[in-house]
Amino acid sequence: MQMADTPYQMPDAQGHFGPYGGVFVAETLIPALDSLREAYAACQKDPAFMEEYRYELRHFVGRPSPIYLARRWSELLGGAQIYLKREDLNHTGAHKVNNCIGQALLARHMGKPRVIAETGAGQHGVATATVAARYGLECVVYMGSEDIRRQAANVYRMKLLGASVVPVESGSRTLKDALNEAMRDWVTNIHDTFYIIGTVAGPHPYPQMVRDFQKVIGEECLTQMPEMTGRQPDAVIACVGGGSNAMGIFYPYIPHADVRLIGVEAAGDGLDSGRHAASLSAGRPGVLHGNRTYLLQNEDGQIIETHSISAGLDYPGVGPEHAWLKDCNRAEYVGVTDAEALQAFHDLCRYEGIIPALESSHALAYAAKLAPTLGKDKVLLVNLSGRGDKDMHTVAEKSGIQF
Amino acid sequence: MPLMHALVDGGADIIELGVPFSDPMADGPTIQRASERALAAGMSLRKVLALVEAFRKTNTTTPVVLMGYANPIEAMGAETFVAAAAAVGVDGVLVVDYPPQECVAFADIAKGAGIDPIFLLAPTSLESRFDDVAKAGSGYIYYVSLKGVTGSAKLDLDEVAQRIPLIRERVGMPVGVGFGIRDAETAKAVGAVADAVVIGSRIIEEIEHAGPDAAVARVTAFLRSIREALDSLGEPRL
Repeated sequence: MQMADTPYQMPDAQGHFGPYGGVFVAETLIPALDSLREAYAACQKDPAFMEEYRYELRHFVGRPSPIYLARRWSELLGGAQIYLKREDLNHTGAHKVNNCIGQALLARHMGKPRVIAETGAGQHGVATATVAARYGLECVVYMGSEDIRRQAANVYRMKLLGASVVPVESGSRTLKDALNEAMRDWVTNIHDTFYIIGTVAGPHPYPQMVRDFQKVIGEECLTQMPEMTGRQPDAVIACVGGGSNAMGIFYPYIPHADVRLIGVEAAGDGLDSGRHAASLSAGRPGVLHGNRTYLLQNEDGQIIETHSISAGLDYPGVGPEHAWLKDCNRAEYVGVTDAEALQAFHDLCRYEGIIPALESSHALAYAAKLAPTLGKDKVLLVNLSGRGDKDMHTVAEKSGIQF
Repeated sequence: MPLMHALVDGGADIIELGVPFSDPMADGPTIQRASERALAAGMSLRKVLALVEAFRKTNTTTPVVLMGYANPIEAMGAETFVAAAAAVGVDGVLVVDYPPQECVAFADIAKGAGIDPIFLLAPTSLESRFDDVAKAGSGYIYYVSLKGVTGSAKLDLDEVAQRIPLIRERVGMPVGVGFGIRDAETAKAVGAVADAVVIGSRIIEEIEHAGPDAAVARVTAFLRSIREALDSLGEPRL
């Protein structure tokens, strides 16, 4: 069923999703964001640009990614049928590359020879380093020193691809601090540098632009699900850190009012423990990293340190469009703990022969909770946003194994 | 608070008092470190306001401008913050990540309470931005003299000399210049074309190097050298 009377058109021209989003940056960045907005608007309407983007997705990334019925796991759970959108099969192993290709093409179009990026788990850094090598751009990736320690293999991958990885020692030495540092680089080197933000957060036009470069995920599902099951799913489930894989699969489904959209945040040790990264479930609106959105903060408005077993979800904010979808009740947001995500990780390995990323394992864990409460005729679609090779060390450590 | 009085003794006309934030995106390493130290010592927006209140007991004339980021203000609530700031004697507020188009309501509340909303302009700002800040702001304009973050090294004097008269005329407010002013020489060069020079990271470096006991004396001495350089330029334009 389509919502015909109220077409969803977000954000507005100033980048607002209701009270969220916007451009909350120092004056020094305003001209750069203005020219980015103009260049992006022009490229969106340029058939040659979009044709090249689609060509790259097909031939370099390997799209469309398949949808797979997790038959044994669904039978074991004894309820709804669980289908997986296989973003883990993309080149570089996650959904991140869809967006990086779009932004790297835009950088080239704007004549910027140097790209920078922030990264948490390293997936966005690897994807950025990959496309930089592909298009011959200089690449610098900012990464918290704590994350560098947790994700050594990805750091090496970025270096193999020719990128410089700059350790960030300020604050909590994780994703949010890497983002601060990348912004500082950008403001200093605006003349020749394009900042490839990896998620649907940051100042306008990033939340919109990243969503648009990721919406190919959901658009493919709109075609693939009826081919496989004769209809659209009852619910679409995706993990939410910053929220780019979730926006990518949710966005094309927003007008389909009878499809539930469920975002799964990292509840870490539990929402009551204070050690989690669930901004929508446990945060309050505020301003960080160029946009207004839900944030994990103390009563003085200082951003607090977050925790998740998954570095990619370990972020105190969330994309402003998710904040809006929550407030207008179009999407639901729930939490899944480290332990629940680990269980889903192991189950998918054992029952389906797929090693999922710990980020995606949060979405899987919620599907495993929901499926048994629904009939066998119901259909759940989970965005399997990345593969878990990068998480071998973390999972092994949790099982008391050392390589 | 002794440092605030030291700044006045050293010859500061206006005090910009930084409100620490956990994620100071527009600041370089010196002010980042200062923010981290302040937060670790339990500093907060409320405590900054209490500091101004205490300062006002002995100094009722030196204007005090709070400088920081939006989130601590939003967490307190814009109206609560403005009322509290006006009550303790704050004269202006510069919110780094509030460009004019995102804070029309806040700027109006501040002006209504007699507090100047101060805005930044940058070398990259288009002239259309001059009108935006003229409309939203009051008090003075803080001209960021270089691309980059606070405390950066290089400063393009020719560019500053060219832009300041243009901005002053279009915006109708005095223009202070900051980012990259490190000594009496750069202060004098900038002071020759600007209405005020703004020094932040360099003062914090003095405090860092001096340690708690010697900080007051070193800050006073450093500012005296700046003051003398500026006074040698003759009558202030302000």
